[in-house]
Amino acid sequence: MAVPVEYVPKTFRPRLSTYWWLGRWPYLRFILRELSSVSVAWFVVVTLVQIRALKRGPASYLAFQGWMRHPVLIVLNAIAFFFVIFHAVTWFNLAPKAMAVRLGGKRVPSLMIALPNYVAWAVVSAGVAWILLRG
Amino acid sequence: MAENIKLEVTRYHPGSDDEPRSQSYEVPLRKEWVVLDALNYVKDRVDGSLSFRWSCRMGVCGSCGMMVNGEPKLTCATFLADYAPGPVRVEPLKNFPILRDLIVDISDFLVKLAKSRPWLIRKESTPPPGEYLQTPEQLDAFKQFSMCINCLLCYAACPVYGLDPLFGGPAAIALAQRYNADSRDQGASERMDVLSHSDGIWGCTFVGECTEVCPKDVDPAGAIQQYKLTATKEWIKSLLMPRGER
Repeated sequence: MAVPVEYVPKTFRPRLSTYWWLGRWPYLRFILRELSSVSVAWFVVVTLVQIRALKRGPASYLAFQGWMRHPVLIVLNAIAFFFVIFHAVTWFNLAPKAMAVRLGGKRVPSLMIALPNYVAWAVVSAGVAWILLRG
Repeated sequence: MAENIKLEVTRYHPGSDDEPRSQSYEVPLRKEWVVLDALNYVKDRVDGSLSFRWSCRMGVCGSCGMMVNGEPKLTCATFLADYAPGPVRVEPLKNFPILRDLIVDISDFLVKLAKSRPWLIRKESTPPPGEYLQTPEQLDAFKQFSMCINCLLCYAACPVYGLDPLFGGPAAIALAQRYNADSRDQGASERMDVLSHSDGIWGCTFVGECTEVCPKDVDPAGAIQQYKLTATKEWIKSLLMPRGER
């Protein structure tokens, strides 16, 4: 008696292009959001270098400030700053998706989840600005 | 309004084609016609060999999902007039093997769906007499996820699934979450191993397009992120109370 063989139809398996993220804005936006973590890492490195310069004394810190005034670094920091803001805004906007908070049997509106993040961001930023700019 | 519109339809015959090709058809451009009507016009009047899936024509059965001008759409709910003057590119759902023309092989999804155990699991061996009662609030907690019609537009929109076919995918995870969030269900711990696997929720990078293309507003991306929170809480609990019940 013949052994039954499972029928496997012939199919065509399309492959996703390496550049799948270039074709549609939502995909490109996702890749930019992922890449923006490089900007966050960049500012961490800058801060570490700044702290090291601070520890080494006034001459070293002046040299660091001179570095930071270099046009290339100003452009680089401006781009990194834009992406850090992009990172924060997209992250806060995604927070309501991950948090399904229910109060009194109803789901708390997305805005009420995102808003506290923005408020906390503004308060911390104002605190940092106050410490740095008070004189 | 122009009288006709051009459809550019993907054709693939497994017996004679090595790869898919495109074929153009002129169809009447009518205000009330959806893309599915145009495909049925081609099938009935122009070329009977064109193959595609469809059934209800009213966004309920989930069988007529295709790529329309590169976007995953239910063709029964996608009006031709919105693409005038055309052409309208109709392709099989992305990220699935093509069986023939516009028909894709969804076996992989069906296996994954069964693994996520999308049914009510109870601890008692025989059900008690009567119904499991539920308040409107308890119904509201999972109702959104229960709207899924398995149309698989979310899989076509998910680049993670396209790149890694082992990924469980949006609908299977959202349907698991639908039962986890159901007050009558007691099977969350049984689903955890599949969901918390690296090919489960942690494979998702939160592109979010599954939610955008969902014709039923199921929000699978939300379901996955919510389960990430649940899984993390359970993991912390298991660290703090290694002998506690999960």
